[in-house]
Amino acid sequence: MSGLFAAIAEAASAFLGIIDPLCGPVGIFSLFAKNTLLACGDTGWGDEIALGFLVTASLALATLPVGLVAGFFIALAKQSEERSLRLSANIYTTLFRGLPELLTLFIIYYGLQILVQNLMSAVGYPGAVEINAFFAGMIALGVVFSAYCSEVLLSAFKAIPRGQYEAGYALGLHHGRTMRLIVLPQLIRIALPGLGNLWMVLLKDTALVSVIGLPDILRQTGVAARVTKQAFEFYAIACLLFLVLAFLSSLVFSGIEGWTKRSEAAR
Amino acid sequence: MSHVTTLIAPQAPPPAPPRAFTAGRFFGNVFLGVWLALSIGIFMMVVNGWDPEKFSRYGPSYLSGLGVTLLLVGLSVVLGGVLSLPLAFARMSKNPVFSWFAYAYVYFFRGTPLLTQLFLVYYGLGSFSSELKALGLWWFFRDAWNCALLTFTLNTAAYQAEILRGAIESVPRGQHEGAAALGLPARVAFFKVILPQALIVALRPYGNEIILMIKGSAIVAIVTVFDLMGETRRAFSRTFDYQAYLWAALLYLLIVELLRNLWAWLEARLTRHLKR
Repeated sequence: MSGLFAAIAEAASAFLGIIDPLCGPVGIFSLFAKNTLLACGDTGWGDEIALGFLVTASLALATLPVGLVAGFFIALAKQSEERSLRLSANIYTTLFRGLPELLTLFIIYYGLQILVQNLMSAVGYPGAVEINAFFAGMIALGVVFSAYCSEVLLSAFKAIPRGQYEAGYALGLHHGRTMRLIVLPQLIRIALPGLGNLWMVLLKDTALVSVIGLPDILRQTGVAARVTKQAFEFYAIACLLFLVLAFLSSLVFSGIEGWTKRSEAAR
Repeated sequence: MSHVTTLIAPQAPPPAPPRAFTAGRFFGNVFLGVWLALSIGIFMMVVNGWDPEKFSRYGPSYLSGLGVTLLLVGLSVVLGGVLSLPLAFARMSKNPVFSWFAYAYVYFFRGTPLLTQLFLVYYGLGSFSSELKALGLWWFFRDAWNCALLTFTLNTAAYQAEILRGAIESVPRGQHEGAAALGLPARVAFFKVILPQALIVALRPYGNEIILMIKGSAIVAIVTVFDLMGETRRAFSRTFDYQAYLWAALLYLLIVELLRNLWAWLEARLTRHLKR
Protein backbone atom coordinates (compact mmCIF):
# COMPACT_ATOMS: atom_id res chain seq x y z
CA MET A 1 0.00 0.00 0.00
CA SER A 2 2.75 2.44 0.96
CA GLY A 3 4.56 1.51 -2.23
CA LEU A 4 1.50 2.52 -4.22
CA PHE A 5 1.32 5.87 -2.45
CA ALA A 6 5.02 6.46 -3.03
CA ALA A 7 4.56 5.68 -6.72
CA ILE A 8 1.61 8.08 -6.93
CA ALA A 9 3.56 10.80 -5.14
CA GLU A 10 6.52 10.26 -7.45
CA ALA A 11 4.34 10.42 -10.53
CA ALA A 12 2.68 13.58 -9.24
CA SER A 13 6.00 15.26 -8.55
CA ALA A 14 7.32 14.23 -11.96
CA PHE A 15 4.23 15.68 -13.59
CA LEU A 16 4.56 18.89 -11.60
CA GLY A 17 8.23 19.02 -12.62
CA ILE A 18 7.23 19.01 -16.27
CA ILE A 19 4.54 21.66 -16.04
CA ASP A 20 6.41 23.77 -13.47
CA PRO A 21 6.16 27.31 -14.88
CA LEU A 22 9.33 28.50 -13.15
CA CYS A 23 11.83 25.65 -13.15
CA GLY A 24 10.39 23.07 -15.56
CA PRO A 25 11.86 22.34 -19.01
CA VAL A 26 10.06 25.41 -20.36
CA GLY A 27 10.14 27.37 -17.10
CA ILE A 28 10.94 31.06 -16.94
CA PHE A 29 13.93 30.67 -14.63
CA SER A 30 15.46 27.76 -16.51
CA LEU A 31 15.14 29.57 -19.85
CA PHE A 32 16.08 33.14 -19.00
CA ALA A 33 18.05 32.97 -15.76
CA LYS A 34 20.61 30.27 -16.48
CA ASN A 35 23.74 31.70 -14.95
CA THR A 36 22.27 34.13 -12.46
CA LEU A 37 21.20 33.88 -8.84
CA LEU A 38 17.83 32.62 -10.04
CA ALA A 39 19.19 29.54 -11.81
CA CYS A 40 17.52 26.27 -11.01
CA GLY A 41 19.53 23.63 -9.17
CA ASP A 42 22.39 24.00 -6.73
CA THR A 43 23.87 27.15 -8.20
CA GLY A 44 20.87 29.43 -7.81
CA TRP A 45 17.68 30.07 -5.91
CA GLY A 46 15.29 29.34 -8.76
CA ASP A 47 14.15 25.93 -7.57
CA GLU A 48 13.69 27.08 -3.98
CA ILE A 49 11.54 29.99 -5.12
CA ALA A 50 9.62 27.69 -7.45
CA LEU A 51 8.85 25.46 -4.45
CA GLY A 52 7.64 28.52 -2.54
CA PHE A 53 5.39 29.45 -5.45
CA LEU A 54 3.94 25.95 -5.44
CA VAL A 55 3.38 26.02 -1.67
CA THR A 56 1.64 29.41 -1.76
CA ALA A 57 -0.60 28.41 -4.64
CA SER A 58 -1.47 25.04 -3.14
CA LEU A 59 -2.16 26.54 0.29
CA ALA A 60 -4.58 29.04 -1.21
CA LEU A 61 -6.21 26.38 -3.39
CA ALA A 62 -6.52 23.97 -0.46
CA THR A 63 -8.05 26.66 1.77
CA LEU A 64 -10.63 27.78 -0.78
CA PRO A 65 -13.01 24.76 -0.69
CA VAL A 66 -12.82 24.55 3.11
CA GLY A 67 -13.64 28.23 3.47
CA LEU A 68 -16.36 28.20 0.82
CA VAL A 69 -18.21 25.22 2.29
CA ALA A 70 -17.90 26.50 5.86
CA GLY A 71 -18.96 29.97 4.75
CA PHE A 72 -21.99 28.57 2.95
CA PHE A 73 -23.21 26.75 6.02
CA ILE A 74 -22.54 29.75 8.25
CA ALA A 75 -24.57 31.91 5.87
CA LEU A 76 -27.38 29.35 6.09
CA ALA A 77 -27.13 29.40 9.88
CA LYS A 78 -27.30 33.18 9.92
CA GLN A 79 -30.64 33.25 8.15
CA SER A 80 -32.05 30.29 10.04
CA GLU A 81 -35.22 30.66 12.09
CA GLU A 82 -33.46 29.05 15.03
CA ARG A 83 -32.16 31.67 17.44
CA SER A 84 -29.31 29.63 18.91
CA LEU A 85 -28.01 28.86 15.44
CA ARG A 86 -28.09 32.52 14.42
CA LEU A 87 -26.39 33.57 17.62
CA SER A 88 -23.55 31.08 17.35
CA ALA A 89 -22.95 32.00 13.69
CA ASN A 90 -22.87 35.69 14.58
CA ILE A 91 -20.36 35.06 17.37
CA TYR A 92 -18.17 33.25 14.87
CA THR A 93 -18.13 36.03 12.29
CA THR A 94 -17.73 38.83 14.82
CA LEU A 95 -14.78 37.02 16.34
CA PHE A 96 -12.89 36.13 13.20
CA ARG A 97 -13.60 39.32 11.31
CA GLY A 98 -12.40 41.36 14.26
CA LEU A 99 -9.13 39.59 14.94
CA PRO A 100 -6.00 40.32 12.90
CA GLU A 101 -5.19 37.42 10.59
CA LEU A 102 -1.72 37.11 12.07
CA LEU A 103 -3.14 36.80 15.58
CA THR A 104 -5.69 34.23 14.41
CA LEU A 105 -2.87 32.27 12.88
CA PHE A 106 -0.85 32.30 16.11
CA ILE A 107 -3.87 31.50 18.26
CA ILE A 108 -4.80 28.54 16.09
CA TYR A 109 -1.22 27.33 15.64
CA TYR A 110 -0.33 27.38 19.32
CA GLY A 111 -3.87 26.68 20.53
CA LEU A 112 -4.19 23.56 18.38
CA GLN A 113 -0.82 22.44 19.64
CA ILE A 114 -1.89 22.81 23.27
CA LEU A 115 -5.25 21.19 22.58
CA VAL A 116 -3.81 18.17 20.79
CA GLN A 117 -1.07 17.85 23.40
CA ASN A 118 -3.65 17.75 26.20
CA LEU A 119 -5.82 15.28 24.32
CA MET A 120 -2.85 13.03 23.61
CA SER A 121 -1.63 13.09 27.20
CA ALA A 122 -5.17 12.29 28.35
CA VAL A 123 -5.10 9.27 26.07
CA GLY A 124 -1.68 8.34 27.38
CA TYR A 125 0.76 9.53 24.73
CA PRO A 126 3.47 11.49 26.50
CA GLY A 127 5.57 12.79 23.58
CA ALA A 128 5.58 16.31 22.20
CA VAL A 129 3.12 17.09 19.44
CA GLU A 130 3.99 19.32 16.51
CA ILE A 131 1.19 20.63 14.36
CA ASN A 132 1.93 20.78 10.67
CA ALA A 133 2.37 24.43 9.61
CA PHE A 134 0.51 23.85 6.34
CA PHE A 135 -2.45 22.38 8.22
CA ALA A 136 -2.51 25.16 10.82
CA GLY A 137 -2.26 27.76 8.08
CA MET A 138 -5.07 26.11 6.17
CA ILE A 139 -7.32 26.09 9.23
CA ALA A 140 -6.54 29.68 10.20
CA LEU A 141 -6.94 31.10 6.70
CA GLY A 142 -10.03 28.95 6.14
CA VAL A 143 -11.63 30.25 9.31
CA VAL A 144 -11.01 33.88 8.35
CA PHE A 145 -12.12 33.24 4.77
CA SER A 146 -15.32 31.51 5.87
CA ALA A 147 -16.23 34.38 8.19
CA TYR A 148 -16.01 36.92 5.36
CA CYS A 149 -17.48 34.48 2.85
CA SER A 150 -20.59 34.01 4.96
CA GLU A 151 -21.25 37.75 4.83
CA VAL A 152 -20.90 37.83 1.05
CA LEU A 153 -23.16 34.79 0.64
CA LEU A 154 -25.69 36.16 3.12
CA SER A 155 -26.13 39.36 1.13
CA ALA A 156 -26.39 37.27 -2.05
CA PHE A 157 -29.07 35.13 -0.40
CA LYS A 158 -30.99 38.29 0.45
CA ALA A 159 -30.86 39.35 -3.18
CA ILE A 160 -32.77 36.24 -4.28
CA PRO A 161 -36.51 36.85 -4.08
CA ARG A 162 -38.71 34.54 -1.99
CA GLY A 163 -40.69 33.71 -5.10
CA GLN A 164 -37.81 31.65 -6.39
CA TYR A 165 -38.06 29.31 -3.41
CA GLU A 166 -41.84 29.25 -3.64
CA ALA A 167 -41.71 28.41 -7.32
CA GLY A 168 -39.37 25.55 -6.52
CA TYR A 169 -41.73 24.19 -3.87
CA ALA A 170 -44.69 24.67 -6.21
CA LEU A 171 -42.91 22.48 -8.73
CA GLY A 172 -42.72 19.79 -6.08
CA LEU A 173 -38.98 20.06 -5.43
CA HIS A 174 -38.00 19.49 -1.84
CA HIS A 175 -35.76 21.85 0.07
CA GLY A 176 -32.39 20.42 -0.94
CA ARG A 177 -33.23 20.27 -4.62
CA THR A 178 -34.68 23.78 -4.61
CA MET A 179 -31.43 24.96 -3.11
CA ARG A 180 -29.26 23.06 -5.54
CA LEU A 181 -31.17 23.57 -8.77
CA ILE A 182 -32.73 26.99 -8.35
CA VAL A 183 -31.05 29.04 -5.65
CA LEU A 184 -27.38 28.02 -5.92
CA PRO A 185 -26.88 28.92 -9.60
CA GLN A 186 -28.26 32.39 -8.97
CA LEU A 187 -26.33 32.68 -5.72
CA ILE A 188 -23.03 31.99 -7.45
CA ARG A 189 -23.74 34.60 -10.09
CA ILE A 190 -24.59 37.26 -7.51
CA ALA A 191 -21.82 36.42 -5.07
CA LEU A 192 -19.02 35.96 -7.59
CA PRO A 193 -17.56 39.50 -7.53
CA GLY A 194 -17.44 39.44 -3.73
CA LEU A 195 -15.93 35.97 -3.69
CA GLY A 196 -13.33 37.12 -6.22
CA ASN A 197 -12.26 39.89 -3.86
CA LEU A 198 -12.08 37.41 -0.99
CA TRP A 199 -9.92 35.10 -3.07
CA MET A 200 -7.47 37.95 -3.69
CA VAL A 201 -7.40 38.68 0.03
CA LEU A 202 -6.81 34.99 0.74
CA LEU A 203 -3.95 34.90 -1.75
CA LYS A 204 -2.31 37.84 -0.01
CA ASP A 205 -2.93 36.43 3.46
CA THR A 206 -1.02 33.27 2.61
CA ALA A 207 2.15 35.37 2.95
CA LEU A 208 1.52 35.43 6.72
CA VAL A 209 2.04 31.69 6.95
CA SER A 210 5.75 32.23 6.29
CA VAL A 211 5.90 33.50 9.88
CA ILE A 212 5.16 30.06 11.31
CA GLY A 213 7.77 28.48 9.10
CA LEU A 214 5.97 27.26 6.00
CA PRO A 215 8.31 27.55 2.97
CA ASP A 216 6.07 29.79 0.88
CA ILE A 217 7.15 32.47 -1.62
CA LEU A 218 7.98 35.04 1.02
CA ARG A 219 9.97 32.69 3.24
CA GLN A 220 11.98 31.25 0.37
CA THR A 221 12.82 34.67 -1.07
CA GLY A 222 13.58 35.86 2.47
CA VAL A 223 16.11 33.06 2.96
CA ALA A 224 17.65 33.85 -0.41
CA ALA A 225 17.78 37.54 0.47
CA ARG A 226 19.54 36.85 3.75
CA VAL A 227 22.12 34.53 2.20
CA THR A 228 22.91 36.58 -0.90
CA LYS A 229 22.51 40.01 0.76
CA GLN A 230 20.44 41.14 -2.23
CA ALA A 231 17.26 41.76 -0.36
CA PHE A 232 15.67 44.24 -2.73
CA GLU A 233 15.94 42.00 -5.78
CA PHE A 234 14.53 38.96 -4.05
CA TYR A 235 11.66 40.74 -2.34
CA ALA A 236 10.85 42.41 -5.65
CA ILE A 237 10.65 38.92 -7.15
CA ALA A 238 8.29 37.91 -4.34
CA CYS A 239 6.06 40.89 -5.14
CA LEU A 240 6.20 40.02 -8.82
CA LEU A 241 5.18 36.42 -8.16
CA PHE A 242 2.21 37.55 -6.09
CA LEU A 243 1.24 39.94 -8.89
CA VAL A 244 1.42 37.04 -11.33
CA LEU A 245 -0.87 34.99 -9.09
CA ALA A 246 -3.30 37.92 -8.81
CA PHE A 247 -3.26 38.42 -12.57
CA LEU A 248 -3.85 34.73 -13.28
CA SER A 249 -6.74 34.59 -10.84
CA SER A 250 -8.34 37.68 -12.34
CA LEU A 251 -8.23 35.89 -15.71
CA VAL A 252 -9.82 32.79 -14.20
CA PHE A 253 -12.49 34.84 -12.48
CA SER A 254 -13.48 36.72 -15.60
CA GLY A 255 -13.78 33.32 -17.29
CA ILE A 256 -16.04 32.00 -14.54
CA GLU A 257 -18.08 35.18 -14.61
CA GLY A 258 -18.70 34.75 -18.32
CA TRP A 259 -19.68 31.15 -17.67
CA THR A 260 -22.20 32.02 -14.94
CA LYS A 261 -23.76 34.70 -17.13
CA ARG A 262 -24.27 32.39 -20.10
CA SER A 263 -27.92 31.92 -19.19
CA GLU A 264 -28.63 35.63 -19.01
CA ALA A 265 -30.32 37.33 -21.91
CA ALA A 266 -27.88 38.90 -24.36
CA ARG A 267 -27.92 42.66 -24.29
CA MET B 1 -86.85 34.20 12.73
CA SER B 2 -84.24 32.36 14.56
CA HIS B 3 -81.96 33.63 17.21
CA VAL B 4 -79.19 32.22 19.28
CA THR B 5 -80.27 31.29 22.70
CA THR B 6 -77.09 29.81 24.09
CA LEU B 7 -73.65 31.23 23.46
CA ILE B 8 -70.62 29.06 23.32
CA ALA B 9 -68.80 29.58 26.57
CA PRO B 10 -65.48 31.43 26.23
CA GLN B 11 -62.56 29.07 26.37
CA ALA B 12 -58.80 29.15 26.22
CA PRO B 13 -57.20 28.76 22.79
CA PRO B 14 -55.86 25.32 22.01
CA PRO B 15 -52.34 24.81 23.37
CA ALA B 16 -49.53 25.69 20.94
CA PRO B 17 -48.01 22.58 19.43
CA PRO B 18 -44.65 21.76 20.99
CA ARG B 19 -41.73 23.25 19.06
CA ALA B 20 -40.37 20.57 16.81
CA PHE B 21 -36.83 19.48 17.58
CA THR B 22 -35.40 20.17 14.14
CA ALA B 23 -31.88 19.60 12.88
CA GLY B 24 -31.34 23.35 12.98
CA ARG B 25 -32.22 23.49 16.64
CA PHE B 26 -29.96 20.55 17.37
CA PHE B 27 -26.96 22.09 15.61
CA GLY B 28 -27.69 25.49 17.12
CA ASN B 29 -27.57 24.02 20.60
CA VAL B 30 -24.44 22.05 19.79
CA PHE B 31 -22.58 25.08 18.45
CA LEU B 32 -23.74 27.28 21.28
CA GLY B 33 -22.52 24.57 23.64
CA VAL B 34 -19.14 24.58 21.90
CA TRP B 35 -18.84 28.36 22.27
CA LEU B 36 -19.85 28.10 25.90
CA ALA B 37 -17.33 25.34 26.57
CA LEU B 38 -14.60 27.31 24.80
CA SER B 39 -15.33 30.49 26.73
CA ILE B 40 -15.43 28.60 30.02
CA GLY B 41 -12.17 26.88 29.09
CA ILE B 42 -10.51 30.19 28.28
CA PHE B 43 -11.91 31.78 31.43
CA MET B 44 -10.61 28.93 33.56
CA MET B 45 -7.26 29.17 31.81
CA VAL B 46 -7.05 32.86 32.67
CA VAL B 47 -8.18 32.29 36.26
CA ASN B 48 -5.86 29.34 36.86
CA GLY B 49 -2.89 31.00 35.24
CA TRP B 50 -3.50 34.37 36.87
CA ASP B 51 -0.26 35.89 37.96
CA PRO B 52 -0.34 39.45 39.34
CA GLU B 53 3.36 39.81 38.80
CA LYS B 54 3.05 39.04 35.09
CA PHE B 55 0.06 41.33 34.84
CA SER B 56 1.88 44.24 36.43
CA ARG B 57 4.94 43.63 34.27
CA TYR B 58 3.28 43.13 30.89
CA GLY B 59 0.06 45.12 31.35
CA PRO B 60 1.66 48.54 30.78
CA SER B 61 3.64 47.25 27.81
CA TYR B 62 0.40 46.04 26.23
CA LEU B 63 -1.05 49.51 26.63
CA SER B 64 2.03 51.14 25.13
CA GLY B 65 1.82 48.62 22.26
CA LEU B 66 -1.79 49.59 21.75
CA GLY B 67 -0.69 53.23 21.60
CA VAL B 68 1.93 52.39 18.96
CA THR B 69 -0.65 50.52 16.88
CA LEU B 70 -3.18 53.34 17.03
CA LEU B 71 -0.56 56.01 16.29
CA LEU B 72 0.81 54.05 13.33
CA VAL B 73 -2.63 53.41 11.86
CA GLY B 74 -3.89 56.92 12.52
CA LEU B 75 -0.86 58.61 10.96
CA SER B 76 -0.75 56.32 7.95
CA VAL B 77 -4.48 56.63 7.27
CA VAL B 78 -4.29 60.44 7.38
CA LEU B 79 -1.12 60.66 5.28
CA GLY B 80 -2.48 58.04 2.90
CA GLY B 81 -5.69 60.06 2.59
CA VAL B 82 -3.67 63.13 1.59
CA LEU B 83 -1.71 61.08 -0.94
CA SER B 84 -4.81 59.38 -2.30
CA LEU B 85 -6.34 62.62 -3.59
CA PRO B 86 -3.79 63.24 -6.39
CA LEU B 87 -3.72 59.50 -7.09
CA ALA B 88 -7.48 59.34 -7.57
CA PHE B 89 -7.31 62.33 -9.90
CA ALA B 90 -4.44 60.79 -11.83
CA ARG B 91 -6.49 57.61 -12.15
CA MET B 92 -9.45 59.56 -13.54
CA SER B 93 -7.36 61.86 -15.70
CA LYS B 94 -7.59 61.72 -19.48
CA ASN B 95 -3.80 61.90 -19.78
CA PRO B 96 -2.74 58.28 -20.41
CA VAL B 97 0.62 58.74 -18.66
CA PHE B 98 -1.01 59.81 -15.40
CA SER B 99 -3.81 57.28 -15.52
CA TRP B 100 -1.44 54.42 -16.34
CA PHE B 101 0.94 55.40 -13.58
CA ALA B 102 -1.91 55.54 -11.06
CA TYR B 103 -3.29 52.25 -12.35
CA ALA B 104 0.08 50.51 -12.01
CA TYR B 105 0.57 51.98 -8.53
CA VAL B 106 -2.84 50.81 -7.37
CA TYR B 107 -2.44 47.39 -8.99
CA PHE B 108 0.93 46.85 -7.34
CA PHE B 109 -0.15 47.85 -3.86
CA ARG B 110 -3.45 46.01 -4.01
CA GLY B 111 -2.06 42.93 -5.67
CA THR B 112 0.81 42.14 -3.31
CA PRO B 113 0.70 41.29 0.39
CA LEU B 114 1.36 44.11 2.83
CA LEU B 115 3.99 41.93 4.48
CA THR B 116 5.96 41.64 1.23
CA GLN B 117 5.78 45.39 0.72
CA LEU B 118 7.03 45.94 4.24
CA PHE B 119 9.95 43.57 3.68
CA LEU B 120 10.70 45.27 0.38
CA VAL B 121 10.94 48.64 2.09
CA TYR B 122 12.62 47.60 5.32
CA TYR B 123 15.06 44.89 4.22
CA GLY B 124 15.13 45.72 0.50
CA LEU B 125 15.87 49.43 0.80
CA GLY B 126 18.04 48.63 3.80
CA SER B 127 20.43 46.81 1.48
CA PHE B 128 21.12 50.14 -0.24
CA SER B 129 22.38 51.64 2.99
CA SER B 130 25.50 53.25 1.49
CA GLU B 131 23.49 55.00 -1.24
CA LEU B 132 20.90 56.10 1.28
CA LYS B 133 23.65 57.41 3.57
CA ALA B 134 25.04 59.41 0.68
CA LEU B 135 21.59 60.89 0.09
CA GLY B 136 21.18 61.65 3.79
CA LEU B 137 18.06 59.51 4.08
CA TRP B 138 19.54 56.66 6.09
CA TRP B 139 18.26 57.95 9.43
CA PHE B 140 14.73 57.47 8.08
CA PHE B 141 15.10 53.97 6.66
CA ARG B 142 17.19 52.70 9.54
CA ASP B 143 14.21 52.71 11.85
CA ALA B 144 11.64 49.96 11.41
CA TRP B 145 8.87 52.27 12.64
CA ASN B 146 9.52 54.77 9.84
CA CYS B 147 9.60 51.99 7.26
CA ALA B 148 6.30 50.64 8.54
CA LEU B 149 4.77 54.10 8.42
CA LEU B 150 5.99 54.63 4.85
CA THR B 151 4.74 51.23 3.68
CA PHE B 152 1.36 51.61 5.32
CA THR B 153 0.93 55.12 3.95
CA LEU B 154 1.73 54.01 0.41
CA ASN B 155 -0.49 50.93 0.77
CA THR B 156 -3.52 52.67 2.19
CA ALA B 157 -3.13 55.49 -0.33
CA ALA B 158 -3.71 52.95 -3.10
CA TYR B 159 -6.84 51.56 -1.44
CA GLN B 160 -8.17 55.01 -0.52
CA ALA B 161 -7.57 56.27 -4.05
CA GLU B 162 -9.81 53.48 -5.35
CA ILE B 163 -12.46 54.27 -2.73
CA LEU B 164 -12.35 57.96 -3.60
CA ARG B 165 -12.45 57.33 -7.33
CA GLY B 166 -15.42 55.02 -7.00
CA ALA B 167 -17.23 57.54 -4.82
CA ILE B 168 -16.54 60.52 -7.09
CA GLU B 169 -17.64 58.57 -10.14
CA SER B 170 -20.83 57.55 -8.35
CA VAL B 171 -21.99 61.18 -8.18
CA PRO B 172 -24.45 61.62 -11.04
CA ARG B 173 -23.49 63.74 -14.06
CA GLY B 174 -26.41 66.03 -13.40
CA GLN B 175 -24.66 67.36 -10.30
CA HIS B 176 -21.69 68.51 -12.40
CA GLU B 177 -24.03 70.02 -14.95
CA GLY B 178 -26.11 71.72 -12.29
CA ALA B 179 -23.03 73.28 -10.73
CA ALA B 180 -21.82 74.41 -14.16
CA ALA B 181 -25.25 75.87 -14.95
CA LEU B 182 -25.09 77.91 -11.75
CA GLY B 183 -21.79 79.33 -12.96
CA LEU B 184 -19.69 77.81 -10.19
CA PRO B 185 -15.98 77.55 -10.97
CA ALA B 186 -14.72 73.98 -11.29
CA ARG B 187 -12.82 74.11 -8.00
CA VAL B 188 -15.78 75.37 -6.00
CA ALA B 189 -18.10 72.91 -7.71
CA PHE B 190 -15.79 70.06 -6.78
CA PHE B 191 -15.30 70.98 -3.14
CA LYS B 192 -18.82 72.22 -2.39
CA VAL B 193 -20.99 70.01 -4.58
CA ILE B 194 -19.24 66.84 -5.70
CA LEU B 195 -16.95 65.96 -2.80
CA PRO B 196 -19.55 66.14 0.00
CA GLN B 197 -21.82 63.75 -1.87
CA ALA B 198 -18.93 61.48 -2.75
CA LEU B 199 -17.70 61.33 0.83
CA ILE B 200 -21.06 60.05 2.05
CA VAL B 201 -20.78 57.17 -0.42
CA ALA B 202 -17.17 56.64 0.64
CA LEU B 203 -17.90 56.67 4.37
CA ARG B 204 -18.49 52.96 4.79
CA PRO B 205 -15.53 51.81 2.65
CA TYR B 206 -13.31 54.23 4.60
CA GLY B 207 -14.42 52.62 7.84
CA ASN B 208 -13.66 49.19 6.44
CA GLU B 209 -10.26 50.40 5.29
CA ILE B 210 -9.37 51.72 8.76
CA ILE B 211 -10.42 48.41 10.33
CA LEU B 212 -8.37 46.52 7.75
CA MET B 213 -5.38 48.73 8.52
CA ILE B 214 -5.70 48.10 12.27
CA LYS B 215 -5.80 44.38 11.63
CA GLY B 216 -3.05 44.56 9.02
CA SER B 217 -0.81 46.59 11.29
CA ALA B 218 -0.20 43.47 13.39
CA ILE B 219 2.46 42.42 10.87
CA VAL B 220 4.86 45.19 11.90
CA ALA B 221 5.66 42.94 14.85
CA ILE B 222 7.66 40.81 12.40
CA VAL B 223 10.03 43.69 11.63
CA THR B 224 10.66 44.39 15.33
CA VAL B 225 8.22 47.26 15.88
CA PHE B 226 6.71 46.78 19.32
CA ASP B 227 3.08 47.46 18.61
CA LEU B 228 0.32 45.49 20.35
CA MET B 229 1.23 42.33 18.46
CA GLY B 230 4.95 42.90 19.03
CA GLU B 231 4.47 43.28 22.76
CA THR B 232 2.32 40.15 22.71
CA ARG B 233 5.00 38.17 20.95
CA ARG B 234 7.60 39.46 23.38
CA ALA B 235 5.46 38.50 26.36
CA PHE B 236 4.79 35.06 24.88
CA SER B 237 8.43 34.39 24.10
CA ARG B 238 9.36 35.22 27.71
CA THR B 239 6.57 33.44 29.55
CA PHE B 240 5.35 30.77 27.11
CA ASP B 241 1.93 31.62 28.47
CA TYR B 242 -0.86 31.19 25.95
CA GLN B 243 -2.83 33.91 27.74
CA ALA B 244 -0.59 36.50 26.11
CA TYR B 245 -2.39 35.95 22.81
CA LEU B 246 -5.83 35.91 24.42
CA TRP B 247 -5.33 39.37 25.95
CA ALA B 248 -4.15 40.73 22.61
CA ALA B 249 -7.19 39.18 20.92
CA LEU B 250 -9.44 40.86 23.46
CA LEU B 251 -7.85 44.26 22.87
CA TYR B 252 -7.99 43.96 19.07
CA LEU B 253 -11.62 42.84 19.19
CA LEU B 254 -12.44 45.76 21.46
CA ILE B 255 -10.93 48.35 19.12
CA VAL B 256 -12.50 46.86 16.01
CA GLU B 257 -15.94 46.58 17.57
CA LEU B 258 -15.74 50.11 18.98
CA LEU B 259 -14.75 51.44 15.59
CA ARG B 260 -17.47 49.49 13.83
CA ASN B 261 -20.16 50.83 16.14
CA LEU B 262 -18.76 54.34 15.92
CA TRP B 263 -18.93 54.10 12.16
CA ALA B 264 -22.49 52.80 12.19
CA TRP B 265 -23.47 55.74 14.39
CA LEU B 266 -21.57 58.20 12.20
CA GLU B 267 -23.26 56.89 9.07
CA ALA B 268 -26.71 57.05 10.62
CA ARG B 269 -25.98 60.59 11.76
CA LEU B 270 -24.51 61.89 8.51
CA THR B 271 -27.16 60.39 6.25
CA ARG B 272 -30.18 61.42 8.29
CA HIS B 273 -31.20 63.93 5.64
CA LEU B 274 -31.43 61.11 3.10
CA LYS B 275 -33.98 59.16 5.19
CA ARG B 276 -37.48 59.06 3.84
